[in-house]
Amino acid sequence: MAERIATEIAIIGGGLAGCSTALHLRQRNVPVVLLERAACGSQASGVNYGGVRQQGRTLVELPIARRSRALWGRMAELVGSDCEFMATGHLKLARNETEMDVLETYAREAAGWGLELQLLGRNALRDRFPWAGDKVIGGSFCTDDGQANPRLVTPAFARRARALGADIREHTTVTAVERGSDGFRIETAAGLEVRARIVVNVAGAWGHEIAAQFGEHVPEEPISPNMCVTEPLPYFLTPNLGVVGADLYMRQIPRGNVIFGGGRGVNDAKAQRARPLPESALASFQRALEVAPNLRGAHIIRFWTGIEGYMPDELPILDRSATTPGLIHAFGFSGHGFQLGPAVGAIVTEMALDGAPSTPIEPFRIGRFASAPSKS
Amino acid sequence: MTSKPRGQFVRLAETGRRPITLTIDGVARTALAGDTLLTAILVNGRCVRRSEFGGDGAVAGAPRAGFCVMGACQDCWVSLDDGRRVRACTTFAENGMKVRTAHGG
Amino acid sequence: MVAERLPPVIVGAGPAGTRAAETLVHAGLRPIVIDEAPSNGGQIYRRQPSGFTRPGKALYGFEASRAAALFGAFDRLAGSIDHRPNTLVWSIRPGSIGAGLMHLVSSERANALPFDQVIFATGATDRVIPLPGWTLPGVFTLGGAQVALKYQGCAIGQRTAFVGTGPLLYLVAYQYAKAGAKVAAVLDTAPLSAKLRALPGLSANAQATARGLYYLFWLRSRGVPVQLGIHPLAIEGRDGVTAIAWRDPHGGSHATPCDAVAMGYGLRSETQLADLAEVPFAWDALHRQWLPTRDAAGRTPVAGIYLAGDGGGALGADAAELAGERVALALLQDRGAADNGRSHADRIAAINRRLDRYLRFRRGLERAFPFPAHLAGDLADETLLCRCEGITAGEVRRAVREFGAHEINRAKAFSRVGMGRCQGRMCGPAAAEIVAGALGVPIEQAGRLRAQAPVKPLPMAAVLDDAAASARHG
Ligand SMILES: Cc1cc2nc3c(=O)[nH]c(=O)nc-3n(C[C@H](O)[C@H](O)[C@H](O)COP(=O)(O)OP(=O)(O)OC[C@H]3O[C@@H](n4cnc5c(N)ncnc54)[C@H](O)[C@@H]3O)c2cc1C
Ligand SMILES: Cc1cc2nc3c(=O)[nH]c(=O)nc-3n(C[C@H](O)[C@H](O)[C@H](O)COP(=O)(O)OP(=O)(O)OC[C@H]3O[C@@H](n4cnc5c(N)ncnc54)[C@H](O)[C@@H]3O)c2cc1C
Ligand code: FES
Repeated sequence: MAERIATEIAIIGGGLAGCSTALHLRQRNVPVVLLERAACGSQASGVNYGGVRQQGRTLVELPIARRSRALWGRMAELVGSDCEFMATGHLKLARNETEMDVLETYAREAAGWGLELQLLGRNALRDRFPWAGDKVIGGSFCTDDGQANPRLVTPAFARRARALGADIREHTTVTAVERGSDGFRIETAAGLEVRARIVVNVAGAWGHEIAAQFGEHVPEEPISPNMCVTEPLPYFLTPNLGVVGADLYMRQIPRGNVIFGGGRGVNDAKAQRARPLPESALASFQRALEVAPNLRGAHIIRFWTGIEGYMPDELPILDRSATTPGLIHAFGFSGHGFQLGPAVGAIVTEMALDGAPSTPIEPFRIGRFASAPSKS
Repeated sequence: MTSKPRGQFVRLAETGRRPITLTIDGVARTALAGDTLLTAILVNGRCVRRSEFGGDGAVAGAPRAGFCVMGACQDCWVSLDDGRRVRACTTFAENGMKVRTAHGG
Repeated sequence: MVAERLPPVIVGAGPAGTRAAETLVHAGLRPIVIDEAPSNGGQIYRRQPSGFTRPGKALYGFEASRAAALFGAFDRLAGSIDHRPNTLVWSIRPGSIGAGLMHLVSSERANALPFDQVIFATGATDRVIPLPGWTLPGVFTLGGAQVALKYQGCAIGQRTAFVGTGPLLYLVAYQYAKAGAKVAAVLDTAPLSAKLRALPGLSANAQATARGLYYLFWLRSRGVPVQLGIHPLAIEGRDGVTAIAWRDPHGGSHATPCDAVAMGYGLRSETQLADLAEVPFAWDALHRQWLPTRDAAGRTPVAGIYLAGDGGGALGADAAELAGERVALALLQDRGAADNGRSHADRIAAINRRLDRYLRFRRGLERAFPFPAHLAGDLADETLLCRCEGITAGEVRRAVREFGAHEINRAKAFSRVGMGRCQGRMCGPAAAEIVAGALGVPIEQAGRLRAQAPVKPLPMAAVLDDAAASARHG
């Protein structure tokens, strides 16, 4: 006999956004069921680069990023483990004058949003970061940013949410969602049926599939950033690195492995399969060597990638459904939702329970794309 | 010249090959043409590299001396003075090579 | 005009790869033969470097004439094949539509090679079970001990103890003693009773069985202690091996002084490329390993991907030669190549009848030298399991019990087991036993450690040699 459960809030997707939502809802004692197709954190949230940065974000995203950064700092208290989060700083590098101009402009603008950045010229940068290659002419440093181990974070949120009473169902694929007069009815491939008053769509790169079931069509594209990791090397690189243009990002963990990304892999999102592309990975080696020439003798021991939902404007959707009361969307994080994840859970909780969230979310409306019906 | 420490490997055959000289951790050592770096290091000593990590009661830095001798276990990577990192068991020793068993970076 | 097809590619120039190449050349093709080793021969018939002078008999013993025949066959192919030694295939993508792409690296030059048919003849490496002290200098795999001797004329120590199980245990100990090395002991985890029970199966290859017995009696007659049914406890020493501690079947503890240990528990197939090529895997109880699936001729379910030799289950060198010929015939069939003389199908069937004997023999070997899975499953928490990352057995159990890992890849994500330079080649089989034990499920439910590119470390200095690739295939 198929199992049926009734709950207050059903969450579709056990990535960081979903598991953080489950945790925040349970902190307020709301009955919650989370449905995840595979294991919690097995998609983008578990395989990303591990960058926890505010610097470089589109300015309108900074309020969420600021709120999230506060949560990252309390990770051990929140989920029982620091998940290897370290506030190592984020250093964004310029490789020519035009790129330096970009950094200067951003630093000015970000200050207005409360984000302090230090601009470093060629010499100042070398004094602090002697490994920098000749190509690097300057940078912008955000002390407050850092990095964490993505393999640990989402499962830790899931474990804590479960300990607080969340009903988390892994290996449970949502096949259909519909809203009737008495709330939502969710069908799953495992035969489980869930009824809920509110549904949260945090299905990552598959968020648009859920939205489409409610007549909301959004141009979300599945994209797979290429990741590379080296053998363990003597620890030389403390900050999380980026470059203007974002064609390289690189960090080193204290164990010694250097992790970097750049270029794209390929995926079949329908089949939940992705693979890195060696051709584009090889090209990123050269960019990494330009920035940190001391990597020349190092070897790559593994490539990987994941599947991330990108929106055309590279901003997520974080909004109530335009067609269906009780449905909340939070997906399409466009390559930078790991840092945001903790706060997204807090914000969605406020949307579900309090009406308006305490962090502004207007820029992330689902109706901003022409093909989607707009909210009246 | 430093006296030759106890070697791990013992030559049983093919000892008539041409001798070559290489530097291992700054000390001149003798090997034979056709030796792999692993052989050249292990006829002259017992440690090829130091483990980056601890475990098994051992602390990080425990000595390693390869394991599979066929390029599978990756436990024999060493650094050359020219900046290259090579797998000792699949790289031939060359006259004049300068090898470091500690990871220089 | 019909578009010209790409030449078939063979990865691995051991017994399987050599016979596959020979068969393709006889059919008028010019295969590309890639091997990361500097010369052909593969594992068993590894050729010694130039300048070495020992005769085949000293190197390959009873197999000397087979080795000579195989080398002769390969040497005759010179000019008819595109041989690329010192070249690692580090990634491959199957051609769902059009040509697939294979990634090669030779020193620091990377290359992309389009292909439409490829045979993986990638062989096997030792299967090991960790034990306390197994990372000490002086501990090597059985295969490694053999390579040191065959390829470098060296013994791995002054006094070597051989521990583990399988025919290679006796063979390598014998080769060491014969070459003048001191063998401290041969310590076999398989009991005598297992060997007696296995005799009917072993009779499928009476010659090989007779040789195995010969090595055993030869060693005993020279006063080498050969102990059956032992339980290895630890390898002792601080900066190098000083002894191996073990327990006899009656519970008595012993420490055999030695300065080197060769250990191995049979072989495990090198299957990474098949995995990257998206070949489906199935659990193989005989080899206690996940193996790529293939039909009776060696075709995998992925179009254009073929398997031969120990890379698809370790049946030994003679079987590898037969499988190499067989898979080449299958490839020719699929290519629509004309049969010369007997039909390809008939020849495949004939080879399969001969291979059947090796499969029966292999089953007998598994009975005679059963894999002591419990030694891996029961490893003490503090024992180092993953030598690359320094991960203990206890950390893997914790990933299961405290973090909820439900299979090995999840245990890897949480604990880093199998994440290091060797990609789980050394720790993978034991890690799977530990995960299965912690979950309380049979081994086949512990999941399969997925391969990731590059199959071996890739230099960051590697530059994609576009010019070379387009010149060759332009
Ligand atoms: C390689 C890579 C590198 C990245 N690097 C960074 C970085 O450094 N910093 C950063 O901030 N961000 C980074 N990102 C982006 C970040 O990982 C994502 O934005 C974030 O993890 C998204 O979280 P999520 O919970 O929305 O999605 P996901 O983690 O994808 O979770 C969605 C979940 O929904 C489940 N699901 C989907 N459909 C269904 C269904 N029908 N039924 C049940 N379950 C379903 C999926 O299985 C999945 O687990 C990177 C992404 C990738 C892929
Ligand atoms: C160390 C060792 C010693 C052995 N000794 C004996 C013995 O004494 N007697 C016996 O009967 N059996 C022995 N065996 C078993 C024996 O090796 C096999 O039965 C036989 O060699 C299998 O032949 P093969 O052609 O399938 O593979 P192999 O002979 O192993 O050849 C595989 C080849 O593929 C190459 N290769 C693999 N992956 C790649 C890649 N990604 N890119 C490029 N090249 C690649 C390897 O370099 C290798 O040359 C031994 C096995 C090992 C591992
Ligand atoms: S000894 Fe194993 S790779 Fe060199």
